[in-house]
Amino acid sequence: MNLGIFSDDLMYVFVGIVAVLVIATIVTAVLKRRKPSDALHEVDLRIRSWWVMFIIFAIAIVLHSTISLIFMALLCFLALKEYFSLIPFNRAHRLVLFWAYLAIPIQFLFIYFEQYGMFIIFIPVYMFLLIPIQAIFVGDTKNFLQSIASVQWGMMLMVFGLSHLAFSLVLPGKENGLIGAGLVLYLVVLTQANDVAQFLWGKMLGKKKIVPKVSPNKTWAGFVGGLLTTTVLAVILAPLLTPFSILASIISGLYIALMGFIGDVNISALKRDLAIKDTSSIIPGHGGILDRVDSLTYTAPLFLHFTRFFYF
Amino acid sequence: MRRFLFSLIVRPLVLLVLGMNARHYERLPQEGPCVIVANHNSHLDTLVLMSLFRGKSFDQVRPVAASDYFLKNKFLAWFSTKVMNIIPIERKMTRDIKGLFAPMVDALDDGGIIIVFPEGSRGEAEKLSRYKSGVYYLMRERPDVPIVPVFLHGLGKALPKGSFFFIPIIVDIFIGNPFKFEEDKRAFMDALNTRMDELQQEGHFKEW
Repeated sequence: MNLGIFSDDLMYVFVGIVAVLVIATIVTAVLKRRKPSDALHEVDLRIRSWWVMFIIFAIAIVLHSTISLIFMALLCFLALKEYFSLIPFNRAHRLVLFWAYLAIPIQFLFIYFEQYGMFIIFIPVYMFLLIPIQAIFVGDTKNFLQSIASVQWGMMLMVFGLSHLAFSLVLPGKENGLIGAGLVLYLVVLTQANDVAQFLWGKMLGKKKIVPKVSPNKTWAGFVGGLLTTTVLAVILAPLLTPFSILASIISGLYIALMGFIGDVNISALKRDLAIKDTSSIIPGHGGILDRVDSLTYTAPLFLHFTRFFYF
Repeated sequence: MRRFLFSLIVRPLVLLVLGMNARHYERLPQEGPCVIVANHNSHLDTLVLMSLFRGKSFDQVRPVAASDYFLKNKFLAWFSTKVMNIIPIERKMTRDIKGLFAPMVDALDDGGIIIVFPEGSRGEAEKLSRYKSGVYYLMRERPDVPIVPVFLHGLGKALPKGSFFFIPIIVDIFIGNPFKFEEDKRAFMDALNTRMDELQQEGHFKEW
């Protein structure tokens, strides 16, 4: 059982999240009663989805470490499925996608058995080098490069990147209980808080756009506001969830905010290239899974390696 | 019972390994009689279309399917009749058009929601072939029944004709506005084709 790790510290964080959600729900309801609008309805939908996502995530994290792994494998699968449903592809290379999906269970088996070496090279070495074989044997070279490159980029983000969330759970030192689940919670809360803070600061103060051609909603004010908010939050949460010193928590706050932003606009650029708005409609108000985990595809691997280098 | 079996076996699989992205869901009829006309890329088309219906309306759904294929062995026959509740029809040419359509007309008279694929067989994946005029003769029997065009995209990638490898892909579903039968066969078929083409163009899909 993971329940043993449900320490007071973790409890404070969960209570904090619930408090934020309750406040957000009440504020929206009051504003909506005073002056209903489409934008508010959208915000309302988003907050409801946040509740659902929070509850599912909390259950997955707390219940049992194997359940957490299955949940995260499922998350990788759903994100990869959305990505594969969007990209243009040469029909003849269809089976390449089949092998790419198989990478998920294999990657998670390496995590389950705590094989760090294989976990870290399986996708960038074995999958990247072996997967073109399928397309080569089919023999159709039309758009060969495009097929292979887009599958590899998808596996890099959705399988390699997101599976780092799961590896945090089995980091050495997990015997102390808290560390794995605490790190995952720290990373996910900061990444998502950064998204929300960027959005709110951008709405309030945003003028000058950062990357207008890629994502017209991203402003400098939003970016800097997000960066500062996330860093403050990182310092507050660090003693509860991580072994970090003050300095390390400041750096990880800045790092997560910056890399989360890049992960976000990376998916935006991809969507703009394919001329689509949302990656699917599975999460009301948010769009697809991919729209929600876009920042995590960057922050999860980068933050884990940062932590691992300095602390484990 | 049928609803339970479907919700237990088929619906979770469709939602998890495929996933549906339905546009204009509100246009989907909640009760029969009604004819759903869809394009046909894969065996999974029918399962996905049926998953769109929930609750009471699900009980009225009856896909039309070729008896030579779907009743060919015991398990398939059990699944086709007990879970899918198909209306089996003969794919042979016949003079007796009224007799051929009789089971479908009966189902419509019972308030059924009938699913037909007027392309006949599963076409080349993700390409719309011209619709066969069978649907015209069916509708001539019951001209007042509304027809709802539905365009499906993605299943030709997931499980195209002739492939054994299934690949999870989200299915895009475009539901059109209902329309009615008209006497002029040419005009009716043109209207059907135009409506399906319009639905297809809503998607801006990249070449596959």
